[in-house]
Amino acid sequence: MSLEFKPGSAVDPKRAVRFGAWRVAEYRFYSMSKWMTSVIVFGFGNPILYLISVGLGIGALVDANTGGGGILGVPYIQFVAPALLASAAIQGVMDEVTFPTMDGFVWDKVFFAINATSVSATQIANGVMIVALGRGLFTTVLYLGVLLAFGAVPITSVLPLLFTSMLAGWGWASVMLAITARLERDDGYFAIIGRFVIAPMFLFSGTFYPLEQMPLFLQPLGWISPLWHSVQLGRHLSYGMELADGMLLVHLAYLAIMGIVGMRFVYPKFKERLSR
Amino acid sequence: MSKSVEREAVIRARSLTKKYKDFVAVDGIDFDVYRGESFGLLGPNGAGKSTTMKMITSVSQRTSGELTILGKEPNNQGPEIRAHLGVVPQKDMLDRELKVWENLVTYGRYFGLPRKWLKTKVEELLEFAQLTEKRNEKADDLSGGMQRRLAIARGLINEPEILLLDEPTTGLDPQARHILWDRLFRLKEQGVTLVLTTHYMDEAEQLCDRIIVMDKGKIMAEGSPAELIRKYSSKEVVELRFGTDKNEGVAKQLEGKSERIELLPDRILLYTDKGEALLTAILDSGLHPVTSLVRRSSLEDVFLRLTGRTLVD
Repeated sequence: MSLEFKPGSAVDPKRAVRFGAWRVAEYRFYSMSKWMTSVIVFGFGNPILYLISVGLGIGALVDANTGGGGILGVPYIQFVAPALLASAAIQGVMDEVTFPTMDGFVWDKVFFAINATSVSATQIANGVMIVALGRGLFTTVLYLGVLLAFGAVPITSVLPLLFTSMLAGWGWASVMLAITARLERDDGYFAIIGRFVIAPMFLFSGTFYPLEQMPLFLQPLGWISPLWHSVQLGRHLSYGMELADGMLLVHLAYLAIMGIVGMRFVYPKFKERLSR
Repeated sequence: MSKSVEREAVIRARSLTKKYKDFVAVDGIDFDVYRGESFGLLGPNGAGKSTTMKMITSVSQRTSGELTILGKEPNNQGPEIRAHLGVVPQKDMLDRELKVWENLVTYGRYFGLPRKWLKTKVEELLEFAQLTEKRNEKADDLSGGMQRRLAIARGLINEPEILLLDEPTTGLDPQARHILWDRLFRLKEQGVTLVLTTHYMDEAEQLCDRIIVMDKGKIMAEGSPAELIRKYSSKEVVELRFGTDKNEGVAKQLEGKSERIELLPDRILLYTDKGEALLTAILDSGLHPVTSLVRRSSLEDVFLRLTGRTLVD
């Protein structure tokens, strides 16, 4: 077989410049399919362990002490579900906007190779975001599936909870991607984020009890957390927990602004870095 | 119609400049690259070759001057231009976790190429890059030379009009370099325009029809390797080594014996059209170098003449 070569005739430039972000996503999803088994095992394993420990353990204790009334009128597991789902989404997106993004810029530098094709820096950033949201959605859907199987949430809550979780995932992914794009080396940074940002966020966002139970001086930790805003939205939309006037908009706006502002910082940095 | 009018410039640069804050990486250079030729940017590290390549690839915007690639403006038509470019970066930037064939298919997809078309093209390119037997191995498991060939095959997946190669054989052993040169030569026969940077003079001589010699962001000379050697050097060079502490003293005694003399830390170079005769005369005069050599002039000598420095430090 000899090389049949007609320079410049194979690619239609108009077609080539479109859908670049989806092509980046296609490539990442293809790479990921190589370790699908572990993705699925972790995807199911995590919620099952949480449901057993939190739902059956703490839930039984809380429900017993509230005379079966649960918290805010719903069983404890249903109360916790929006937080578990939003944190699953946040963890899912986090898996894409940290190490794989560093790999693209620093280790294998595949982003530079991609940027040498018709795909632009902006499309690469969007592609990373599509994959991050895809991972977040995948993890959240698995989690929801397990919750439904355990009868922990009613079927009517599925769409609202997916929406609020993914909104938190998007806000978080944008901010984290803007930060990762600025890192020249890992330097243990992601471990620090995991330990000192994500773990406390999980604990101080009204996850296991209403944020109002906290002393007032600790409550701002929840207010700045995307998880808390997502949890409040989730509780409101899925089982009608009451929100103060205007807070529905505040929660939505907070997460949307995180997403939009984050991406505003992502695009120019991707462009600058890939031009080096 | 003269020959230069007939030729179509696929890359045209005028007063092309790139600055990073106060540092001028490329300093107002002019050049044309014509369709089907093999064009080299020769110079030491930091000469501005890679920066020029990045501007041609349309990922780095120029600070000032003009640049057109395939008739297009890189500042706002980068992705369209890159649709017809093949880029082989200095570091291979392969996905080391993917298999050899997967690296090619995923790359082709970035150009919007259909999977069915890619299936045939990938096999052709694997054969061209002599990687057919390695098609199912992870890119990470290939040798350095094979990874380089895979990077070249990847750069050809879109059947580019121009193939840009940044230091294509740096870090490869001599055998791997020769295989690579042979492959690049075949591409040229297929009508692909080659643009490459190198700091290896033998590579430039082997591969390039025309060269610009760059130093500190400027073009020092332009022409074919033979033209440059003819213009800036003599036919032959006599290399003499007397020992590092003696070279300087002997060099003074040798002044006037050749057209030009260069004193390097480890040797003395004498430029002449009659190397053997000059060496005999030197030996007859009672000087006894530790080693002596008569060789053809090379681009290294051209560079030394133009800049006063050697190419590879």
